Parts: sequence; structure tokens; C-alpha cells
Amino acid sequence: MSYQNELYQQVILDHNKNPRNFREIGETAHSCNGHNPLCGDKINIYLKIAPGDVIEDVSFTGSGCAISKASASLMTTFLKGKTAAEAKLVFDEFHKMVLGDLDPATQEHHLGKLTIFQGVREFSSRIKCASLAWHTLICAIDKTGETTME
Amino acid sequence: MAHFDVEKIRADFPMLAALEGGKPLVYLDNAATTHKPWAVIDRIRDFDSKEYATVRRGSYRLGERATDMFEQARKKVQKFINASDHREIIFTSGATQSINLAAYSFGKKFIGAGDEIVVTQMEHHANFVPWQLLCQEKGAVLRVAPITDSGELIIEEFAKLLGPKTKLVAVTMCSNVLGTVNPVKEICKMAHDAGAKVLVDGAQSTPHMAIDVRGIDCDFYAFSGHKMYGPSGTGVLYGKYELLDVLPPYVSGGDMINAVSLEKTTFSKPPGRFEAGTPAISQVIGLGAAVDYLTGIGMDNIAAYEHELLEYGTKILSKVPGLHIIGTAPHKGAILSFTMDAAHPHDIVTIIDQEGVCARGGHHCAQPLMTRYGVPATARASLAFYNTKREIDCLAKALQKVLEVFA
Repeated sequence: MSYQNELYQQVILDHNKNPRNFREIGETAHSCNGHNPLCGDKINIYLKIAPGDVIEDVSFTGSGCAISKASASLMTTFLKGKTAAEAKLVFDEFHKMVLGDLDPATQEHHLGKLTIFQGVREFSSRIKCASLAWHTLICAIDKTGETTME
Repeated sequence: MAHFDVEKIRADFPMLAALEGGKPLVYLDNAATTHKPWAVIDRIRDFDSKEYATVRRGSYRLGERATDMFEQARKKVQKFINASDHREIIFTSGATQSINLAAYSFGKKFIGAGDEIVVTQMEHHANFVPWQLLCQEKGAVLRVAPITDSGELIIEEFAKLLGPKTKLVAVTMCSNVLGTVNPVKEICKMAHDAGAKVLVDGAQSTPHMAIDVRGIDCDFYAFSGHKMYGPSGTGVLYGKYELLDVLPPYVSGGDMINAVSLEKTTFSKPPGRFEAGTPAISQVIGLGAAVDYLTGIGMDNIAAYEHELLEYGTKILSKVPGLHIIGTAPHKGAILSFTMDAAHPHDIVTIIDQEGVCARGGHHCAQPLMTRYGVPATARASLAFYNTKREIDCLAKALQKVLEVFA
């Protein structure tokens, strides 16, 4: 399979070109600015968490490569209606998948359409691009303000 | 210019015959590190297998011969950059350590509260952060000279930053991102008139043009071995002898002392004072072989051929739709930084890598410069005298792939 199919799939290219939930949320209680010093990517995540820990709204702003932008965009569409605890579980699975420690084809998971990022595991220099939004999300849930990928 | 037989030169570099993902390797990241010719590889292997011993210690013949070869390498470097005295050549682990050494030792002796250090907007972090840290530590002030949109130092603005408080100017001879070659001789004259010393970062100039530190009249000149076809883990700090002679040591320990008692240590004269511990013996001897190799080809021949490559590359890349070259100074080295409307630099380099083309995407350790241009990153093709026009065509073809993927 070529890299075009593995990494730059149509869905990823589409989310890069037309990112979903690309906006700030006013009066938000939760937000975090994520930064990858290696490439300069910046992703800011905004979260509105309803009673019962349900993610009522989630959005992002920032600049970065196609992989980091598409990952943030897809993440926001995936998370709405899920609880913060579910989000943390999916982060864990997502992280394992991009590191090559979880194979969605043979192992149980809750990743749904996010499995589209499994091709990233073949491109070690791009793993942080795919996971920046997720690290920033966890930081936003925990209200820590900012996070840096090391 | 005499005919430059690049295919003959390529045969000297075994790595250039490598395949990358089944495709011929097109290596365009020479500003990061360069490949080694057989002359360097063989010299290190010969030394390690037939001549190796520690230097400057042993009283046995093997050690004396190794010391002699090590010191020969110093003389080769001295001649290569036209220093007046071999004692002005300090071996380090690379340009980064060279600059840190200068910042530490010069700073300790000469920088105090309220003093000023001038750098430029185009410095690599290696020639920026050590000065920033030094200023923070001493309560000194770091002044940053601006550049034009084309990437040239604005000399009039630079001149305004010089004054009685200026103690040091740290400037790159060639920008690792823009390729701009700075008028370092003129800068030294201006700085000296203001009573300041000058450190020139030669990491990107030494491998690509003839260097004459006496002609430039800089006080320090720093460069790396691994960017000039030599081994990684080697570097040089040149300093004028009378300046080095009054500076305190940087790293201390063995091999840099005159006498040690329980109360007090006195230190060796330069360069020994600045070379504590066992040096990278084989690697320095390999660096000497790299100098011989480059001298054999001729730095002026190398500069002329690389300029031809730069002109060709500029022409070819300018034809790629939506591509913007960053750094268009009239006097520049063979470095092509660019952005594309279609794709982020990180995506560009991933896609061209799949076509066998190694280039770098990122901030190139020059974040203040990225800020100056309002970009988070650039893609960069940096050329060497073993690159060819055909390889530039490969780059252009690979960039068409980027346009296809991000259509």
C-alpha cells in the first residue's frame, strides 16, 4: 500500500482542508494550548463539560500539519456526547494504536472511525502530530492550561 | 570555471549510492549533516586498527605517533581557515560546544551587568541561546539586529546597536535557513571600531567557501566537523591567541592543567586549557582527512559549483505553483528554504521522503527567524558539492506529488 493510502487518506485530507469545530467556545470552563516544539504545531482545545461529565461541546483552533489538524478535527466530531472518562479511555487506545501497540484489526477497541490514523505507526516522526490534539484534550479535561510534547 | 566532475566526486561517497525505500537516495539535508568520503572513513579505520593510542600523555612511541597525527590535524585546520598559529585551534565536540565555550569563558572574564551583546535575527539557536543565557546570568542586555524581507542583515540598524556598552557581536557567516552570506569582514570592522569582539558562527560557511579568519579579522570562529564531510563529535573554536590566552577554562579536569596541588591549580596555555579530558582522537584525525579532501578539490571550485546548483534549484523551484522561497539575498549559499500554499512543511517532507528525497521540515533551530517571517516552519533543501541538477529535478518531481496529494 502506498503512503498516500496509508497516511494521507481522503478523510484525513478532507478534515485538513475543512476542519470541523474549528472555533473557540466562549465562556468555556476547560481549555488548553498544546504545542509541539519539534515542528511548531499549535493546537488549542476548548471543552464544555455538562453535569454528569458529558462532553457537550468540543472545538479547536491553531495551526499545524495535515495530520495534526485532521486528528484534532476528527477528535472533536468523535467526542461529542461522550463522557470525560470515555475520552480518556479512547486517548489511551489511540495512543497505543499510533505507537503500534494496539492493532484495531485484531484487538478490541472503542476507536470507531479514528482507526483511520493507524497508518501513522509507519511514520515515527509523525506520531506526535497525530497525538498532539489528544494530549491537549487530556490537559483541557484536567484544566492544566498548557502542555508541551516532549 | 574548470569542468567539475560531480560523478567522479560522488564515487568518493559510499552513502550516495544507497537506496531509500527502493529508490536512489537524494540527500538534500547537508546543512544538518553531510556524508563522508572514503578518504575520511578509511583514515579513521586505519588509525583505529593500526595507530590508535591516547594523545598528549604517553611516553611510549605509539602514543607519541598518535599525538603527532592529532596535532597534524590541528595544523591542517589552521591552514584551512588561514589562522596564524596552530595554538589558536581548539578542538570541541561541534559548533554548539565551540560557541558555549566562547560564551562561558569570554562571558566570565569580560561580561558584566549592563554590558551588551549583539546578535542577529537569523541566528541558529546555537548562536542565540548561549548569549541569551549569559545575558540573563550577568544582567547584560541582548540586542538583536533585524533583517530585510529578502533575508539580509540591515547594516544601518546593526550599526545603531553598537555602542560603548557593546562587548561582543555574535553573527553567523551563512544562515542555515536563508542561506544569506553576511558581510562578516565589514561587521568585524564596525564592531572593533566600537570596541567589541566578534564571534562568527561558521557552521554553514566553512564547508562551502574558502575561509580566511585573518582576512575576516574575527576574534572567534566556530564550526562543526560533521557538516564538512568529517566525523560527528568534532568541532573547532578558533580564537585569536592573545584573547584565548587571557580566558579562563570552560570544562576542567585532566589534560588542561599546568600544576595541581591541594590548594590551587594552574592551567595550560591555549589550546590545552580548553581541551580537558581525552578528546575524540580518531574523529579529529578523520577531520584532518576531510580537510585534506576538501583542499584537494579546492574550496573555490566547490563554491562555484554549488552556486551553479543554487541558481538551477532556485529556477526550478520557482516554477512550482504556490511555492515561496524564503531567503532571496543576492549573496547566498546553496540553501533553499520554502513554504507551499498546498501543504505544511512537515507534510511536504513526509511525501518527498517517500520519493527518496531527504529534506528537512521544521523551524531549523531558528525560531526567532520563523517568527520574523510569520511561519511556524519551512521545508529546506540544502545542497552540497556532491549533489546534481538531476537530484534537483527529483526534488521538483517529488514536489509535484505533494501538489497531487493536496490537490
